[in-house]
Amino acid sequence: MREFSVVGKDIPRPDAWLKATGKAVYTDDIKLPGMLYGKLLRSPLPHARIVNIDVSKAQALPGVKCVITGQDIPKVKYGNWRLFPATQDEYALAIDKVRFVGDEVAAVAAIDPDIAAEALQLIEVEYEELPPVFDIESALKEGAPVIHEESPNNVSVTRKIEYGDVEEGFSKADYVREDTFTVHAVSHAYLEPCSTVAQCDLDGRITLWTSTQTPYIIQCLLASTLEMRENDVRVIKPYVGGGFGGKMELRPWEFCAAFMAKLTGRPVKFTLTREEELATGRRRHPMVIYSKVGFKKDGTLVAKDLKISLDGGGYNSMGPTATFLCGNFGAMLYRYPNYRFFGQHVYTNKPPAGAMRGFGAPQSLFATETQMNMAAEELGIDPIELRIKNAMVEGDVIPDVATISSCGFIDSLKEAARMSNWKKKRKSLAPGEGIGVGCYSFISGGVFNWFNTQYPFSAAEVRVFSDGTAHLLTMASDIGQGSDTALKQILAEELGLEMKDIRVTSADTAVTPQADLGTWGSRVTLMAGNAVIDAAKKIKEKLFGAVSARFNLNVIYDMECKGGRVYAKGRPDRGMSFGEAVAMVQKAQRGEPLVARGYYTPRGKGLVTPAFSFGAQVAHVAVDQETGKVEVKKIWTAHDCGTVINPMAAEGQLEGSIHMALGYALSEQFVMDKGKTLNTTFLDYKIPAAMDMPQSKSAIVDTYEPEGPMGAKEVGEGLVSPTAPAIAEAVYHATGYRCKDLPITPEKILKGLRDTKKRKRKRS
Amino acid sequence: MKKLIRFTLNGSEVSAEVPSHKMLLEVLRETFELTGPKEGCGQGECGACTVLVDGLSVNSCLYPAFEVDGKEVTTVEGLIGEGNKLDPIQEAFVEHGGVQCGFCTPGMIMSAKALLEENPRPTEDEIKKGISGNLCRCTGYVQIVESIKKAAQKRGS
Repeated sequence: MREFSVVGKDIPRPDAWLKATGKAVYTDDIKLPGMLYGKLLRSPLPHARIVNIDVSKAQALPGVKCVITGQDIPKVKYGNWRLFPATQDEYALAIDKVRFVGDEVAAVAAIDPDIAAEALQLIEVEYEELPPVFDIESALKEGAPVIHEESPNNVSVTRKIEYGDVEEGFSKADYVREDTFTVHAVSHAYLEPCSTVAQCDLDGRITLWTSTQTPYIIQCLLASTLEMRENDVRVIKPYVGGGFGGKMELRPWEFCAAFMAKLTGRPVKFTLTREEELATGRRRHPMVIYSKVGFKKDGTLVAKDLKISLDGGGYNSMGPTATFLCGNFGAMLYRYPNYRFFGQHVYTNKPPAGAMRGFGAPQSLFATETQMNMAAEELGIDPIELRIKNAMVEGDVIPDVATISSCGFIDSLKEAARMSNWKKKRKSLAPGEGIGVGCYSFISGGVFNWFNTQYPFSAAEVRVFSDGTAHLLTMASDIGQGSDTALKQILAEELGLEMKDIRVTSADTAVTPQADLGTWGSRVTLMAGNAVIDAAKKIKEKLFGAVSARFNLNVIYDMECKGGRVYAKGRPDRGMSFGEAVAMVQKAQRGEPLVARGYYTPRGKGLVTPAFSFGAQVAHVAVDQETGKVEVKKIWTAHDCGTVINPMAAEGQLEGSIHMALGYALSEQFVMDKGKTLNTTFLDYKIPAAMDMPQSKSAIVDTYEPEGPMGAKEVGEGLVSPTAPAIAEAVYHATGYRCKDLPITPEKILKGLRDTKKRKRKRS
Repeated sequence: MKKLIRFTLNGSEVSAEVPSHKMLLEVLRETFELTGPKEGCGQGECGACTVLVDGLSVNSCLYPAFEVDGKEVTTVEGLIGEGNKLDPIQEAFVEHGGVQCGFCTPGMIMSAKALLEENPRPTEDEIKKGISGNLCRCTGYVQIVESIKKAAQKRGS
């Protein structure tokens, strides 16, 4: 095992002091001279044709500088699947129809936000109401209202996966079960509402500061929708107050800010309200999941047949990717010799669902893991033992997908059982208490390229200086997860420098090297990390050459950069300081600065992901038999994320995942009435507060991922999946109520308790 | 209707003419260009806008600006001491992982400040109660609670 100096250490994030003093600049903190304030007019109806829009009164309001509708903008649709233009189904402002309550219809820019809000009320829109559909079943019915003409059956994307022979597999099974699960929508609830500021230069070029996780994608899609050249649009990501998947598409306010900045010649800012975020923002896909699994008597899995319908809302958003991925997640974790998946993305007249932390995994794995727990009970096998029996191991192949190049799943299961004292607690908890297990596997970035980038998936530029410092430029986007810190650690390690020696510039499309697909799918550490190492290696080759020449070293010598020096390994006296070595290279190059670019695009890693993480989690709950209230007392997690770049940050990802998953399991949901979201405040949309958090204990299982930078793989997303099934199983263990439709509410538990009592009475 | 208010802001005497409907948060951010306090919800539910008024933590997004007339207001920027020395709470948040995206951080730190001024040796439960009006979506609060504990120890030593 390699000894690290910087990697693997609890290094505080260099941006933390800016954030802790209030000096970090987020998008809404930006104020430019002459800046206008934008507001969006949204549809009050779930499904309607726009007959006429009259903006004359709004335009006449003093202080209003610009009003636009769908009639004023280029008729260019957008969406993240550029490779399949048919999936690009959205205009920045509705042209002919509105498809959900909140669909953007017009935009206003005024000299202050109050005037802009007043102007919205003066816009007169005449709608012709159309019949709406609000759930998958109604949307799929014969004769259902058509939401997009291009998809007459309301299905926009389907996906099939099949390997082995599923029917034959089931015919050999001793035990088969079929279940249908439903899972609900939840909000990202990042603390920073979306915000954007656009400026148009005199030469017509656009600069956009925006709260995003994907500056490169915004640059490309903004350019196409504005009918401009990509390079004439510059996107800068300031500090971002969380994203969790909710900020990875071009959004109407980004387009409107840029378009109105062009029209008015003045900077334009849009900042959403929390009410807009909760009522109209992207959310995690609700799904209906049918799953059939077959086992041998001894618990060996023989086949799985999975059918998932995704409730996509009014537009595709990131739904096609979610449709693709939930089928892959269904085939992960365990060895399924025969597997079949059918997924379909269904339009409904609700706010579109998009990407959200886990990207299909929390839903798909809730079904997998709950079914595993149900099967364990009926087979009479301990749930953890059943998992160990079927667990994937290093070297396993998922057909057409990938070979698992590192896997600590069995160790995670064993460690979670040990930490939680699983065997004893499973048998001897107090009445009303229960313990349950849930597991996950996740991707470390995607291999797929539906965005159709012509650039490497990630890139890094490293500049080194004779004063012993370095400058890292990368388009990777730190949205709070800490990638600026992790990448700096990786570069410091590789060049033998300290954190303070390195300056980082990230996520500015005009300055940082092309390109990076952004922060999603837990791709940044692995992909950008590899790009950084690639650049650093090129720098080191030059430094090694210079030092070797200076000391007339035999070519067989290994060289290294460590402790601020560059020298021959085994002959540390044959060397010089990092800065001196840089100066020598620069002299040899007759003044040319020492700069290198590194790239990473996954090669030979199948179609899904270069690396898989794994983990197991145990939850201990107490359920109040009178009220049905669930208290999660403690959570134990053991997980495999490869080499840990920064343990403190990895721990932060785990605790944050537990928080988000706790809300998913128990307290968060949208209350909807005829397509309208009723709970649009944090009082009514309940994300857990500090008092709600359970105790938590965790362990990281030691693995090394050969494809990852220094052995690292994902840690930020997979962990959001195991908690809901673990809690659901613990609730079942405590009460006999089996949840197959999230969230687990007190009402459902009380009804479940009544049903259990009835069943018992009948039996006696 | 506008009103002239005078108050102490992070130790300096200041004055401003504010319309009666403006909340303290907007005046701090727009008039005084102190963008540390954040607007996460505008309805007093998330705590990202927390500042101290006469030592008590308030949601500045709900606090009418003219109410601070004659009072003492402290924002997260006001905790920085001479020579850019951080307050022990700020330092603890930096060192112990209390900061991820950082959007809740200024408000969280001000709630912690109010708590520790009133109760220098809080238990873990008291810390959780003390920040129960501050939402965070990144950290699960664990490293925030840890940071406040460490800050209390440091202040006490």
